[in-house]
Amino acid sequence: MKFIYQTWWKVLAVLLLLYTLIAGFLLGVPRLPILHETIRNVYFHVPMWMAMFAVFTISVIYSIKYLNTGKEKYDLIAVECVNTGTFFYVLGLITGMMWAKYTWGEYWSNDPKQNSAAIAFLLYCAYAVLRNSIDEEQKRAKISAIYNIFAFPIMVVLIMVLPRMTDSLHPGNGGNPAFGKLDMDNHMRMVFYPACIGWCFIALWIATLRYRIRLIEYKNNEIN
Amino acid sequence: MRKIFVLAFLLLGYITAFARQNGGVEMADAMRGSGKIYVVIAVIAIIFIGLAIYLFSIDRRLKKIEKEK
Repeated sequence: MKFIYQTWWKVLAVLLLLYTLIAGFLLGVPRLPILHETIRNVYFHVPMWMAMFAVFTISVIYSIKYLNTGKEKYDLIAVECVNTGTFFYVLGLITGMMWAKYTWGEYWSNDPKQNSAAIAFLLYCAYAVLRNSIDEEQKRAKISAIYNIFAFPIMVVLIMVLPRMTDSLHPGNGGNPAFGKLDMDNHMRMVFYPACIGWCFIALWIATLRYRIRLIEYKNNEIN
Repeated sequence: MRKIFVLAFLLLGYITAFARQNGGVEMADAMRGSGKIYVVIAVIAIIFIGLAIYLFSIDRRLKKIEKEK
């Protein structure tokens, strides 16, 4: 747990993102019809989802740890990771809608990817509702940990698996080539990967900040 | 020989078609060329640096509070 109090990875994340913000606009990108310059959104829209996946994964790990040990701390980590992840989820959805408007023609075209992303979003909203509806601390922690462990694989299936089995406008789905194969060249990878790593660390940073605040609140409540 | 010529001609046609296809896509070449995109990058960089400093300051304040405990 010492890791979250260290500074080096926060500086690293900021530097990586600063690099991607500059290089993302200046480096060349493949010339593709329909996409045009919006292909640069790959550097910003996709990392939102990567960051979300990173914090949601951490949250599941700590939910399992909580169920194993019963330590209140782990529950707090799991909650704050889900909260941060939901925030990045919203950013990913909105940036996706923005991008869709100018490439697919509509903000929301009821595409399988969009619809299942919306359903998966409701899953995590339900997590927040579930938590707030239980007053007893241990019961709340235990039930929400179990719910979180079940919600995560369902979210992964909804976002990553189901849209791939049908026709979708989103790249990487339904016989639609993913960015990785045709559209993205190695120039783009030089920006895309640092962007993913950077945003994951930023999400982690925000989650740890929220966790530390919550830990203080928790300790304050304990004394009373 | 004639076959090779035909093949070469067809290949040439393919290359030009490919070049035309690439050239036909509208990109912000002029915008980046004229240098104005640097303004946008500067604005984004300022916003991001500001946010980063803000996060660091929250971090520092939290550290102080944690030490008091």
